[in-house]
Amino acid sequence: MTLLRAEGICKAFGGVQALRDCSIDVEEGSIAGLIGPNGSGKTTLFNMITGYGRVDSGDVYLNEKKITNLPPDKVFALGIGRTFQLTRVFHRLTVMENMIVAAHHKERSGQQGSGRSLNPFARAGGPATRKRAMELLEFTGIAKLAGDRAETLSYGQRKLLELSYVMIADPEIILLDEPAGGVNPTLIGTIADRIRELNKQGTTFLIVEHNMEFVMGLCDRVTVLDFGCPVVTGPPDVIRNDHRVLDAYLGTAEEDDDSSAA
Amino acid sequence: MSASRPMSASPMSASPMNASPVRANAIWRIAAAVALLAVVAAVPLTSNVTLVHVGVFVLMYVGMAVSWNIFSGFSGYISLGYAVFFGSGLYTVAIFSKHLNLTGSTVFAFLPVGAVVAGVIAIPVGLIALRVRRHTFVVITIAIFFIFQLMAYNFGFTGGSAGILPPYLNWDPNTFNNPFYYIALIVAVGSMVLAWGIWGSRFGLQLRAIRDDEDRARGLGVKTMRVKLIAFVISALIAGVLGGLYFYFQQEALPEFAFNPFLDLTIALMVFVGGFGTLWGPVFGALLLEPYLGYAQLQISNSYVSEIVLGGLFLFVILVLPRGILPTAREKLTALRAGQQRRSAAKGASPPSGMTASAVQAGSGSPSTGSMR
Amino acid sequence: MGSRLFQALADGVLGGGVYGLMAVGLTLIFGVLDIINIAQGILVILGSYLSYVLWAHLHIDVFLGLLITIPLMFVLGVAIQWFFIRPLRGRERTSMSLLASYSVAIIIEGLLYQVFGSNYQSIQTKYFTNTIKVFGYYIPYIYLYGFGLAVLFVAAVYYMLYRTQFGRSVRATMQDQTAARLIGIDVNRVAALTFGIGVAVTAAGGMVYGSINSFSPNSGADLISRLLAIIILGGMGSIVGALGAAVIMITLESLVDVFWNPNWSVVVFYAVLVLVLVFRPQGILGRKEARAQ
Repeated sequence: MTLLRAEGICKAFGGVQALRDCSIDVEEGSIAGLIGPNGSGKTTLFNMITGYGRVDSGDVYLNEKKITNLPPDKVFALGIGRTFQLTRVFHRLTVMENMIVAAHHKERSGQQGSGRSLNPFARAGGPATRKRAMELLEFTGIAKLAGDRAETLSYGQRKLLELSYVMIADPEIILLDEPAGGVNPTLIGTIADRIRELNKQGTTFLIVEHNMEFVMGLCDRVTVLDFGCPVVTGPPDVIRNDHRVLDAYLGTAEEDDDSSAA
Repeated sequence: MSASRPMSASPMSASPMNASPVRANAIWRIAAAVALLAVVAAVPLTSNVTLVHVGVFVLMYVGMAVSWNIFSGFSGYISLGYAVFFGSGLYTVAIFSKHLNLTGSTVFAFLPVGAVVAGVIAIPVGLIALRVRRHTFVVITIAIFFIFQLMAYNFGFTGGSAGILPPYLNWDPNTFNNPFYYIALIVAVGSMVLAWGIWGSRFGLQLRAIRDDEDRARGLGVKTMRVKLIAFVISALIAGVLGGLYFYFQQEALPEFAFNPFLDLTIALMVFVGGFGTLWGPVFGALLLEPYLGYAQLQISNSYVSEIVLGGLFLFVILVLPRGILPTAREKLTALRAGQQRRSAAKGASPPSGMTASAVQAGSGSPSTGSMR
Repeated sequence: MGSRLFQALADGVLGGGVYGLMAVGLTLIFGVLDIINIAQGILVILGSYLSYVLWAHLHIDVFLGLLITIPLMFVLGVAIQWFFIRPLRGRERTSMSLLASYSVAIIIEGLLYQVFGSNYQSIQTKYFTNTIKVFGYYIPYIYLYGFGLAVLFVAAVYYMLYRTQFGRSVRATMQDQTAARLIGIDVNRVAALTFGIGVAVTAAGGMVYGSINSFSPNSGADLISRLLAIIILGGMGSIVGALGAAVIMITLESLVDVFWNPNWSVVVFYAVLVLVLVFRPQGILGRKEARAQ
């Protein structure tokens, strides 16, 4: 069943057509990949889906409900989480506090019995929220940093923090923008494991990445974007050998190129 | 992998072996605070009129610094319009006292009115000013400040450039300052308690998140405009009370003193010196600077020199101690302890692998809730 | 009525040109360095005092005196940026640099008080007393020359920006500092020089301002408030916007001054600013920024 669907998205910035008639769909429970050369529109597509910008035309559907042009907070509340290429964490707040901020609207709707009260001066983060936060932090392996300010974390740890706090809202689908970018190899493996584990527990993923090993090893289905338009979609093995992908990345298709699309 | 090291004030310190040190720690702190409060409250009993006079100013500045910081420091939106609300409170109280011919202790009953008026004014001002980016925001606060100053000069009911005089308070000159002292003390302590309450609350956390990444906070569902506006109004309420107090203390309501451009600068300086955006920084900064500034104002009749000194001091703080004294001191202390920890760890077991640097930092003794208490 | 209207318009447009000149410097600094130079107002007054000293004590013609004051102010601008702005780092450099420039402003103001006292001065030149009659109204030559100077300087800035190598670096830095650095532009140098240019124009503005109005160290505060209002209205970073907003606002103020009440003309200034910001926070020609800071 299709969980997230973008149809015919067009977006231009000044003279640059970032997305042209771009469509993508993500199956519930899958891990979908989105690759393409720089400037192909991957992050722009993410932005359109998650409300960081308005589409020129086209629509986005979550569970077949139209969510086009909804602001980011509504998109988040509907169950779409999103991380950024350059990690966005609240650097002066502690890791735990970062988690609590993200859990805010869950607390408001009274879910998880997280001690929501009408008093705005109530302590931040009820016991249920903190418990869940610690669970997630232990899952991603940064629990012992819970009391540290986010700015003291390494780049890779921040990626894990971002993943954790997006998770605390129990999203149906998470859009990851280059989760492996700039992260050391051991940590990349950890991140991939975590994604797989979360996926097993029911979270759908759409991942933008340049790291081919990462994408091919993790994703069920990969879409290739070039000049704002999807070029080909399919399982990793098919994509890997498709000449159109090589075209997109390298500009020419030559017989004696090796099959790596990176 | 999970936290086995006790983090003394962290939210997760549930293990029984932490309970008694935490509680003992807290009791000591409360006892120290109460003792300090008693000492401060006893000052008027010394009958040293000058001391009490200076004390009133010091306490007022503590209140102003803390309340300014509740909005500007926590949210990161530097406002140079605090004087707008100070002056509004001042003039409100002045106008009421003139028309109702207040005398005696009833004068103080109208302080809350000053607060309310200032708070009410803060709502439309905030709604306009808080829609723009941070540096435009500063400029708007400056513009609004000038509007108010001009209004004070030109409107009839504010008395124009002649201002408003308070009714004669037939009080004993030896104890004249005392009621002001106690009220300023109450406001100062109240502000500090308020700031402390806000800091750890959901509201406060959202406010602080706004400072770090407002767009991300909004994207996660934080109602940023509402949060900012509430903090802005809170700050204005306290400014209004202090303005009203100042009217009776200084015995005048004049446009250039009620709406004084140096007020915001002085407050900002104090907060920056102590630690912008921290919990106790403003208190520290005010306590450190106001005695000097107040004294200098009395001694150096040439106020132009004090301008130069103020500017120079500010530059020094910004360039040399951008985070303020408290955070810088805390950092040095943390680094020192981390160094000690590293040395003792090197002697004993091998250091924790993987995320070494931050683990060591986390291992340092400071109560790492991350809050700059 | 007609001549009063013409007077108000003439004052407004011509005066607006001069304010535009000063505002252009401010908006240029903002566009390139992303900071608000609060000291711009008092620097104009410093320019006025410098011109005054050259004229009153050394009897140098005010326009010739510019040959001295402009380079002087340029060097001062570079020095201010180099010593007090450049060292600022960290996430909140914008706010910090604002406070830094505010501090510099009050230091300069204090120094001016010390040296010149609080009395009002003015530069009484023949440019002011000699007038030309247009439509029944006598316009002092200084207004026309001042306006001409303003046009000249703005044209020079434009030429610099769009026809020189340096100007290209400036525009590149305005658009994206990191990218500029990557293609080999010495951003520090560009920043320092731009700040210098932004301040250098205040020398000219100060001379004209001081020839028309009487000034004291106190005048800086009022001046910077207006300049800030102007560049916000015009859209921060937009040179055309600064010019346009200056002319419009000063003309508006002039009209209120002549036809309503001089006491309120200044308030109108700020009230318009606030009004515009309610409906269009980015100013008239500004771009909608999504940045959090």
